[in-house]
Amino acid sequence: MEKNVTVYSTPTCPFCIRAKQYLKDNNIKFAEHDVGSNPEKAQEMIKKSGQMGVPVVDIDGSIVIGFDKEKIGSMLGI
Amino acid sequence: MAYDLIVIGAGPAGITAAVYAARKKMNFIVITGDIGGQAAWSGDVENYTGYQFVTGPELAAKFEEHMRAYGITVKEQEEARELIRDKAVIRVRTERGEYEARAVIIASGKVSKELGVPGEKEFKNKGLTYCATCDGPLFSGKSVAIIGGGNSALDAALQLVKIAKKVYVINNMPKLGGDHVMREKIESNPAVQVLNGAAVLAITGENMVAGIKVKRLDKEEMIPVEGIFVEIGLIPNSKFAGIIDKNKLGEIKINSNNETNVPGVFAAGDVTDVPEKQIIIAAGEGSKATLGAFKYISRMR
Repeated sequence: MEKNVTVYSTPTCPFCIRAKQYLKDNNIKFAEHDVGSNPEKAQEMIKKSGQMGVPVVDIDGSIVIGFDKEKIGSMLGI
Repeated sequence: MAYDLIVIGAGPAGITAAVYAARKKMNFIVITGDIGGQAAWSGDVENYTGYQFVTGPELAAKFEEHMRAYGITVKEQEEARELIRDKAVIRVRTERGEYEARAVIIASGKVSKELGVPGEKEFKNKGLTYCATCDGPLFSGKSVAIIGGGNSALDAALQLVKIAKKVYVINNMPKLGGDHVMREKIESNPAVQVLNGAAVLAITGENMVAGIKVKRLDKEEMIPVEGIFVEIGLIPNSKFAGIIDKNKLGEIKINSNNETNVPGVFAAGDVTDVPEKQIIIAAGEGSKATLGAFKYISRMR
C-alpha cells in the first residue's frame, strides 16, 4: 500500500532539497508544504514535531525530523 | 582490503579531491556527514570562475552531480570519529565502522561555533538555529535576535529584516565588524536594534524560545524574542584527527603539497591553515591533495 508522505520545508534549506530529491529519485509521491510562506502549515509542523527545524517528513503520521535517509528509507521500504 | 584513498568530507575540497581521484582511477571512497559543505549553506556566490552568479545550493548541486557522474562510493551521513596510523596504512573509524587506506585526505571543513550558555542545547531547533538561510522563513512577523557582529551575523540580519518584525543584533564587541556596506544597511534600518558590548547569559522559554538574557553595561536584561540565530563564526572540524598537528585555531597544518605531519595523511580546504577560505580555493586545494596522494601511493608501490 502506498504510504501518505508529507514534507514540510523551506525553499532555501539544503537538507530539504536533498530530502525531496531522495523521495523523487525513489518514485515516492509526496505532498509538500513551504512553511516559510504558509504560517498555518508551519504551526502544524511545530505541533507534529515539537520543534522548528526543517525538513520534517510525515510518513503515515510518523514524524522524521531532519533528512535522516536511513530512517526515511526503512520506513518507506526503499 | 585497503583502499588507495579515503576522502573525508564532501564540500568543495572533498568533492574536487574525489573527482580527481576518480580520473586517476584510484580505488577510493568518500566518507561524509553532508554534501556540499558550507557552500550548500551560502547565499549568493559571485566569485566562482565561470559563474557570474550562482546560489550556494545550486553550486553545491553542480559539484555533487560532477562527483556522482563517476559512480563514486559515497558513505553519506557518516562522520569520521578517529584517525589511526598503523604501519603503512591509515584507518578511519566512524560511528558505523572502520576503513583503511594507503592515503587519506581530510577535507572535513568547518562547523558552527556554539555559544556555550544555558538553554542553547535545550532550545536547538526550538527557536534557536545556526542556519538563517534554512530556518529564517519560519520567523515571519516575529521578533528575533542574531548573535554575533561579523559578516555572517550581518548577512543573517539582512536576510531576517525582510521576514521578521524586529531584529536585535547582539554583539559582544564594542562595535560591529564586517563589511562597511552591510553595516550601514543594518544600522540605518529602523527594524534593527544593535546591542553592542552585550554578553549572552542564557536562552529561556517553556517549550520554545521565549527570550534571551543579556548583560550590557553591567546590567542584566531580558529581551523577548521567538527566534535566535547564532552567527558567531566557525571552527575547524578537526577534532577526530588527534594524531595530526594543528595550529592554535585548530586548523590542520599543511605544507604547499597539502601534506600533514603524518605520512599518507593529506588535508585540504577550510579545515586547514591555508590562507583565505574561499570555495574556489578549497576546490583547488582538493585537487592538489589528490595529486599529492596519488604520487605518494605510486612511490610506495
